Amino acid sequence: MIKANTKPRAPALEALHVSKSFGGNKALDDVTLKVDAGSFHALLGENGAGKSTLVKCIMGFYQADKGQLLFSGKEAQIQSPREAHALGIGMVYQHFTLVPCLTAAENLVISRPDTPMVIDWAAERAQLETFMETMPFRVRLDAQVATLSAGEKQKLEILKLLYLDQRFLILDEPTSVLTPAEADEVLGVLGEMARRGEVSVLMISHKFREVTAFCDSFTVLRRGKFAGSGDARNANVAELSAMMIGDAGVRPPAIREPTVPEGPELELRGISARDEEGRALVSDLSFNVRSGEILGIAGVSGNGQSALVELLSGQRPVARGELRVNGAVFEPTRRNFDRFKVFGLPEEPLRNAVVPRMSVAENIAFRSFDKPPVARRFGLISPAGIRRRGAELIRQFNVQTSSPDAPIETLSGGNVQRSVLARELSGDVDILIVSNPCFGLDFASVADIRSKIMDCRNRGAAVLLISEDLDEIFEMSDKIAVMSDGRLSDPVPVAQTDARRVGNLLAGQSGLSAPKPDRA
Amino acid sequence: MSLSSATSDLPARRKLRLDPRSAALIEASVIPLAALLASALIFSLFLTLLGKDPIRFFALVWTGGVASSFSFQNTLQRAAPLILTGLAFAVPARIGMTLLGAEGALVLGGLASALVAIPMVLAGWPVWLGLPIMALAAMAVGGVWMGIAGWLRHYRGVNETISSLLLTYIAVAIMNFLVEGVFRDPGSTNKASTMPLGPDWRIGDMPGTSVHWGLAAGVIIAVLLWVLMERTTFGFAARIAGGNLRAAQAQGLAVGKLAVASCAIAGACAGLAGFFEVTAVHGQANASLAAQYGFTGILVAFLARQNPLAVVPVALLFGALGASGGLIQRRMDMPDATMLVLQGIIFVTLLVSETLYGRLPFLSTEQAGDRT
Repeated sequence: MIKANTKPRAPALEALHVSKSFGGNKALDDVTLKVDAGSFHALLGENGAGKSTLVKCIMGFYQADKGQLLFSGKEAQIQSPREAHALGIGMVYQHFTLVPCLTAAENLVISRPDTPMVIDWAAERAQLETFMETMPFRVRLDAQVATLSAGEKQKLEILKLLYLDQRFLILDEPTSVLTPAEADEVLGVLGEMARRGEVSVLMISHKFREVTAFCDSFTVLRRGKFAGSGDARNANVAELSAMMIGDAGVRPPAIREPTVPEGPELELRGISARDEEGRALVSDLSFNVRSGEILGIAGVSGNGQSALVELLSGQRPVARGELRVNGAVFEPTRRNFDRFKVFGLPEEPLRNAVVPRMSVAENIAFRSFDKPPVARRFGLISPAGIRRRGAELIRQFNVQTSSPDAPIETLSGGNVQRSVLARELSGDVDILIVSNPCFGLDFASVADIRSKIMDCRNRGAAVLLISEDLDEIFEMSDKIAVMSDGRLSDPVPVAQTDARRVGNLLAGQSGLSAPKPDRA
Repeated sequence: MSLSSATSDLPARRKLRLDPRSAALIEASVIPLAALLASALIFSLFLTLLGKDPIRFFALVWTGGVASSFSFQNTLQRAAPLILTGLAFAVPARIGMTLLGAEGALVLGGLASALVAIPMVLAGWPVWLGLPIMALAAMAVGGVWMGIAGWLRHYRGVNETISSLLLTYIAVAIMNFLVEGVFRDPGSTNKASTMPLGPDWRIGDMPGTSVHWGLAAGVIIAVLLWVLMERTTFGFAARIAGGNLRAAQAQGLAVGKLAVASCAIAGACAGLAGFFEVTAVHGQANASLAAQYGFTGILVAFLARQNPLAVVPVALLFGALGASGGLIQRRMDMPDATMLVLQGIIFVTLLVSETLYGRLPFLSTEQAGDRT
């Protein structure tokens, strides 16, 4: 099945007028995407813009409600990923799909749909070696996958598709796990292969730099709709970000009232943290958030924002530096959360903020269960008290649930987040740490949740808002800073910046304060 | 693969409309009972294949475990340590830990109580002072022993299931080493044992029965632990940590302390079981302490769905199975491992039944449109 001589035979793909709804939610609305044979095409858009849905429709994970798919000019009906593979469409997912304990050669052979019962390894080896000869990059066939670097694994994922003779490659944010140098190498090679007409590549990305440096053409989606397309080599970052972000203001923004910057203050001084393997996650973060102010931290996922939230909420130890609240050193313990009135809305509430199997009322009681009136003498608690208080807050925060006793995992995402709001925002809040609060929620919930956060600010809380959604950052923030590669640009008042400047910083380009490539 | 098949689009199916708490209670009762029934059927098949009469078997379990006051007291006697070892599994399970070390904590607890008794007996201390000291020693040693597993888990990332299991082998080895070595009573010729406690130092039976006080202690502790886990801030925090560690951390809860404390409580329960084995059953510490009560306790806790109160009746059930073992061996001419086969079958069906939670077709409180 492996042909040693690779003739130019990159396929073209056109997805015409594709629509796809989930329930009442239109994930794709009349979207058209055209990838020419032998081109390196970028698919851009913010989270929730419909990029993944579109790609999944192409791969056959979903069936589009409307629309047409042309593959090399012929109409194709793809019912499952297996059929996509048979046509020669392969996908590299954001996360690796290799088997870590097997070698590269074993991973390649088992990926074949026709792996025989008994594998003649000598013959396979010989064949794999001839195959590798023809490839622009190599991976040691005997190396156990677990011992490969992220860059090598990503190359192996791509080799796997080529080995399976898939010539239309779909890459879902392929560089999110790579270092910049590795990313450049992989993308450079793919670009050359495309130019030689060996493959066509469709890459989902939100890194403008990669798009303008390596891609030929691009398509932008915004909120499930086609927002533009063009030649990537001549595109400028401002145009692209304007297409991605669009003009905000579909929804009445939360009302911002004038506040006096006196009162609670959150301060970080030279904060660093490392992951389990000792790599720097965030380096030398210093900033402060003052009373009545929302500091928005923008950034592409995986640039250290999660680590920042984790160390503020006590999920990760601080390696170096100091947290301060109102001038006093702050250690993220329960007693200090209460003492300094620090509250948080972590991202992915089902993962970070609630216990899925406990009831809504119990989840709402997480902040209050060890204090009167819920807690009484000898640490006894009153389940009736928890339920009563829960029912009250469920009503007040408009949480849609069948009962306060229903497990919170039975609620929709918006209602889970409202329950967390009910828990965290029902009392006096001095410091609020918010991370991607509206990710994956419907518009009604978004408006609701943003206005609750804004109310908090208006009442004098210091709010740190970390978000991948630039609309949200611009709508909510008083000051904006950008996080890139674990470092933070200087916070700038929102009036003195714009989407273009933030976009440049997002892409890791030098802007207001260039992050140094220091990896100590 | 279309996502539009979410239940929200379908008309509401016919289901019992129950409030979530009753639904959970029904589920937690129906599923284990069904598992018990299923294991009884499978075991009947096993007996039939051996050419034995399954009906006679269950009749003998009734006769040997429940029917007469003698056999029922035998059941109660055996249930006493099972309540405590069942609790030793149930409590850490609430914080998401699978702790298999009750056997080791029981052995060391029993050993500790026998050893602290020696100087007190020799010095002629009063029994009313000595027995509580022995009980505390047993609980402290058991608590520390299992606390080690909790500490290793939280601060060193060592899997608590493995460490607690391995600690059990170490515990049994320590007991054998001491009982056959320095603390061996010269009078124990057949079976190496510590110095026998005199009749004064034995815990007697509850008035009017031939069941020792360990049963009462087990029931009281089961109630106390139910209150601890269901009605106190400690239990609530433990449930948060057991349900979602990241959420517990984000609430600033001291998850490490909760884990170590839960394990220590478990060890103390098992250690107390060891104390009763020494003072009420054997009168000394020897290899008989390692009588698998710790491991049967795991089964008890599983069947009781980790609920401290439910541990009591389930322990009675397993006590009855144990009590009737001898009778079945004699009357049906079957090896004593038969009961272990039955226990094994129960365990496997229970594990299988775990997959049924939330899937009983007639039981649903989910509202149409709740999930999106």
